[in-house]
Amino acid sequence: MDALASFVAQLLNGLAGASSLFLVAAGLSLIFGVTRIVNFAHGSFYMLGIYVAYSAVAWLGRGVGYWLGLALAAIAVGIVGAVVEMVVLRRIYRAPELFQLLATFALVLIIKDAALWIWGAEELLGPRAPGLGGSLPILGRAFPSYDLFLIVIGPTVLGLVWLLLTRTRFGTLVRAATQDREMVGALGVNQAWLFTAVFALGALLAALGGALQLPREPANLELDLTTIGAAFVVVVVGGMGSLPGAYIAALLIAELKAICIWLGVVDVFGVTISFSKLTLVVEFLVMAVVLVVRPWGLLGRPQAPPRVSGAAEAPLRLGDNLTTAVAAVLVLSLVALPPMTASQPYVAVLAIDILVAVLFATSLHFIMGPGGMHSFGHAAYFGLGAYGAAILVRAAGLPMEAALVLGPLVAGIGAVVFGWFSVRLTGVYLAMLTLAFAQIAWAVAYQWDSVTGGSNGLTGVWPAAWLAGTRAYYYLTLTLVLAGAWLLRRMLFSPFGYAMRAARDSALRADAIGIDVKRVQWVGFAIAGLFAGLAGSLFAFSKGSISPESLYVGKSIDALVMVLLGGVQTLAGPAVGASVFTWLHDTVARNTEYWRAMLGAIILILVLLFPQGIAGFVQQVVDARRDAKGDR
Amino acid sequence: MSRLSSRIAVPLAVAVLLGASALPVAAQGTIKIGEINSYKAQPAFLDSYKRGMQLAIDEINAAGGVNGKQIELITRDDNANPGDAVRLAEELVSREKVDVLMGGFLSHIGLALTDFAKQKKVFFLASEPLTDKIVWQNGNRYTFRLRPSTYMQVAMLIPETVKMGKKRWAIVYPNYEYGQSAVATFKALLKAAQPDVEFVAEQAPPLGKVDAGSVVQALADAKPDAIFNVLFGADLAKFVREGNTRGLFKGREVVSLLTGEPEYLDPLKDEAPNGWLVTGYPWYGINTPEHKAFLAAYRKAFNDYPRLGSIVGYSAIKSLAAGMQKAKSTDTEKMIAAFSGLQVSTPFGMITYRPEDHQSTMGGYVGKTKNDGGKGVMVDYRYVDGNKVLPSAAEVKKLRPAD
Repeated sequence: MDALASFVAQLLNGLAGASSLFLVAAGLSLIFGVTRIVNFAHGSFYMLGIYVAYSAVAWLGRGVGYWLGLALAAIAVGIVGAVVEMVVLRRIYRAPELFQLLATFALVLIIKDAALWIWGAEELLGPRAPGLGGSLPILGRAFPSYDLFLIVIGPTVLGLVWLLLTRTRFGTLVRAATQDREMVGALGVNQAWLFTAVFALGALLAALGGALQLPREPANLELDLTTIGAAFVVVVVGGMGSLPGAYIAALLIAELKAICIWLGVVDVFGVTISFSKLTLVVEFLVMAVVLVVRPWGLLGRPQAPPRVSGAAEAPLRLGDNLTTAVAAVLVLSLVALPPMTASQPYVAVLAIDILVAVLFATSLHFIMGPGGMHSFGHAAYFGLGAYGAAILVRAAGLPMEAALVLGPLVAGIGAVVFGWFSVRLTGVYLAMLTLAFAQIAWAVAYQWDSVTGGSNGLTGVWPAAWLAGTRAYYYLTLTLVLAGAWLLRRMLFSPFGYAMRAARDSALRADAIGIDVKRVQWVGFAIAGLFAGLAGSLFAFSKGSISPESLYVGKSIDALVMVLLGGVQTLAGPAVGASVFTWLHDTVARNTEYWRAMLGAIILILVLLFPQGIAGFVQQVVDARRDAKGDR
Repeated sequence: MSRLSSRIAVPLAVAVLLGASALPVAAQGTIKIGEINSYKAQPAFLDSYKRGMQLAIDEINAAGGVNGKQIELITRDDNANPGDAVRLAEELVSREKVDVLMGGFLSHIGLALTDFAKQKKVFFLASEPLTDKIVWQNGNRYTFRLRPSTYMQVAMLIPETVKMGKKRWAIVYPNYEYGQSAVATFKALLKAAQPDVEFVAEQAPPLGKVDAGSVVQALADAKPDAIFNVLFGADLAKFVREGNTRGLFKGREVVSLLTGEPEYLDPLKDEAPNGWLVTGYPWYGINTPEHKAFLAAYRKAFNDYPRLGSIVGYSAIKSLAAGMQKAKSTDTEKMIAAFSGLQVSTPFGMITYRPEDHQSTMGGYVGKTKNDGGKGVMVDYRYVDGNKVLPSAAEVKKLRPAD
């Protein structure tokens, strides 16, 4: 009987958790539905919400002022959201798809450092809510009265937003824009203001979710990243743009977590399973299962392809003499780099990191640009390659040279498995499924102490003696990265590459001329995974150690940032983006205290200057000059 | 892209990049200490750590430096990423030509640097990271460690824990190596001292993401007599507030790792629990002459009270200086020889770097928490010398690979 009571009480806990999750996810869903922006900064708005609420409550006092403070915090962050939309995002709506992601990534960095600067490093625990600070006896347990309030507030906000969307003119426009932005514009609606309003509303909801957590958790600088992942999962599991779906997804995930905690450590047929450890990945497991079974989430509908995002991509062209000459000079100077910089040995060390990043970004670009499959979990293959090599050396005792060959194969096999599921999906659902797989792979690496070394990872993964010197390892890396990049490029101009591009541009027409679209995409996915794995193996031996960070979502985002920064529509883009990003990171982090904000600001400037990416911009300039010559 | 913003943005970006890539200026005749840590990822602990280092450097240089040379500290931020940490270590060694390396807060970064030190034959003082492996399973002759390890922190708590005589224990810990090894040590040591002990519930929430309500209820439902907690930081604050609201701690003993450190106790404010058995740092009540001098100097320099991080940063620099003085050099082999059995005076008293496993004998304070008018403090505390809780040389030899 008591076991039942404890189970029901845990379900109540889950309900309170679901409300918190839903509030963040609701705003994200709205923003994505209308503007198609993958807003990484959403977690930052949540974090700002709780920080501003902390200050507002300290200022307004603990009675009515408390609730006023929470409301003010939400509104203030809503205004911040409006400003961000008007100053930054509005300028880049016509950039290639996903490019706005780069701007929101920069915002994450800037907001985090701003919060550190304003509120300091120590976490700030807010006061309890007036009138709701205590607990009520429910099922023989003390249940916090604030949690009861939260249980009510989630569905209330859902109802209010639903009324706003279905009963007001603004709501009609939002729904129309979600279905067809271009048509709404053609009918004379001022899209700019609609987007601003939606973005502000989304930010407000995120901040409200944060502010309402004030009595439950301290404001701290980790909240942005811990929140954003869960929010994306809820939105996608529920179905993009469906608020009831988001609530159901939040409920599903929160309840599953509560049940895992309720189960605790259980012996099943003599095997001890810690369900509480499962809470590490439960949301990503749910997402993987839901997306495999229902490719558009629980209540979602197939996405209409966006029609206004940037100009159609020009077909890839083989390089002309100029390109070949530039490439030759570049390769020669890379070969000459170590002797030329003998007095500055660090240059070669940094160059190894840059080269590894170039291969990693190029492999992502292979499926993301010409393949049209946006992977948000590309680090999985980088990490599998790194772990594969490390485990083969450490546990299987293989020589380093063999591990360097076999490590990437491990990643390739991983990509074959994950890819089979992923290519069945499209657009952002595909992106989120790749993320789910990557997070599951990360959780396995993080937990499987006996094989992967758990959270500490593996050490003692050094290259063979003849490659141990920085210069020798540099030449090994240079050779493999150039070969890898050349092979990937070569494949894009092979029949397979043409088939992959055809599949991206029109799956129907590609199918009609006899291309097996899914299979082509699947092979492309596996190839990209293989080369990401090569980058990972090279990385492991260059560092001598490997840890779960190498397949965490942060690494995947780095790869996305590199590709977008360089320009997703050019072949040189990923190489340029990876070099610039890695070099910037190294330089800025060394020379400034608030280096995150500085890095964010520089990326933001680059985003505004080069909405086609850096290499895309160069190509534009070269093309324009060539056209001008041709006219003459 | 409007013309105005490009007119401002381009020169701005160029200026920033040029300024940032200016070459470092090498000082003449100085000893360089290269320090790597996760400053931006763990600011709550590392800001005061940095201040502690700064204070020690200033004191040493004002007194004429070491071996007639001034000390220069070069710090690097590893972004909480072992790959970055190793790159920065190479940079410090190859470009900045530092004489020794030190640093680390997160265990996996500490281990990556430990291994780097071995591979590249560089002297490394692991100042902060707690994992036992740095001096035991993964120990090597190039690496020494200052702060009391996870094992030591747990072992300090055991005598009082056994005295409680509680039988049914519930356990909660963050799900990564630090939490796992703390719990493994706790179970082993308690079971050895008190064979009838039972562990009735175990919760391992993800680091930084504890579902405090559910976890607190699951622990309470197991009806334990006592609780062993390893959560810290934001997780701890959530856990304590939920536990207070739901009455988890009523009539139960709580043993809690690190909770008495100001870094973790101060943010709890009026939620600070009463009567928890904790390890920590009661800076307000340590009356030894060494600590009094340190406290006065720290307050004068920064107009703030020290945290445990300050002690660690300060003592790490003092250790390196003492080692260099003893070695009369910064040569790696001579430093290793000097650090074996090196005695250093720290704010916690005299410590020794053990020759058998390169662990310092710095200990910690064990006491009870008290909510003193809306602020958490430690009471009834005593200093536990690290030497008293470390395994013997013979036991360590079994744990540590031969050099």
